[in-house]
Amino acid sequence: MRRLALIGAAALALAGPALAVTPDEQLKDPAQEARARALSQELRCLVCQNQSIDDSAAPLAHDLRVILRERIAAGDSDKQAVDYLVARYGDFVLLKPPFQPDTWALWLGPLAVLMLGGAGVAVYMRGRAARADSPLSVADEAEAARLLAADKGD
Amino acid sequence: MRRALALLPVGLFVLVLLGFMVGLRRDPSILPSMLIGKPLPAFALAPLRPGEPGFAAADLSGEPVLLNVFASWCGPCKEEHPVLLQLKSQGVKIVGLDWKEDPSAGARWLADNGDPYVQAGNDASGRTGIDLGVSGVPETFVLDRKGRVRYRQVGAITPEVWSQTIAPLMAKLQAES
Repeated sequence: MRRLALIGAAALALAGPALAVTPDEQLKDPAQEARARALSQELRCLVCQNQSIDDSAAPLAHDLRVILRERIAAGDSDKQAVDYLVARYGDFVLLKPPFQPDTWALWLGPLAVLMLGGAGVAVYMRGRAARADSPLSVADEAEAARLLAADKGD
Repeated sequence: MRRALALLPVGLFVLVLLGFMVGLRRDPSILPSMLIGKPLPAFALAPLRPGEPGFAAADLSGEPVLLNVFASWCGPCKEEHPVLLQLKSQGVKIVGLDWKEDPSAGARWLADNGDPYVQAGNDASGRTGIDLGVSGVPETFVLDRKGRVRYRQVGAITPEVWSQTIAPLMAKLQAES
């Protein structure tokens, strides 16, 4: 049993992650390949839209990974290589949307909601504090004194 | 004033709800095309039908035309195919781009199912399709007389899509000079 567990643990430790990127796609230059990997993790697969092209096993994702690497091997900067795909598929291929007028609501919306909520809480808290500060009425004072006296009597 | 302020969160909630109602009903696979209003990028397709030449982007101007991207491995293309054949019989000019497969597979598909295309080309590597921003098949681009993309249909042209969207657009493009 122990041996089996050990073998299992060893197998888990030795197993590499399952990669969509196959060895024949990879660039020979490790620095270029590293750039391509990093960029492809930020690009959306058009077929399985919540995966990056680096993760996706879809044939189109494979094609786009190869195109990205071709651009990089041809001397494109990171931005040029990404723009090549954006020119074809639009900003949607960027997993991180750019900050521009049509995405202001997307980027600033959560902050606006937080500030609105914060303002609401502030107004509410101020109202409560004001109520707590108001002095007790004569009847309340008498009741409090009676309760305290009863407490001492125990 | 206080009353209005108290109702503000309810109003905002309703607005967000409406936003979700619209947003969640949209088909996420339908993305805007980058080519609307622009000419097609230059391409020259290899032949698809034996004994006939392929075609180039420059060939597609003069009159309104549908550029249909298809493949024999594509399920919805089967559903679309009879519609295309019927459009052909009505005199609609359709050109075919056989995407990401060997030309022999595309040619066999046309031989078996009927051929709605006035011109047909093969894009085995898929690169021309990618230049067009194709993310799946079928997709159809509506081109005007100047060869500019005026509309892109993602997914099959059903009789409804044709009668409600593409036919009116084609009529309008026919009227343009």
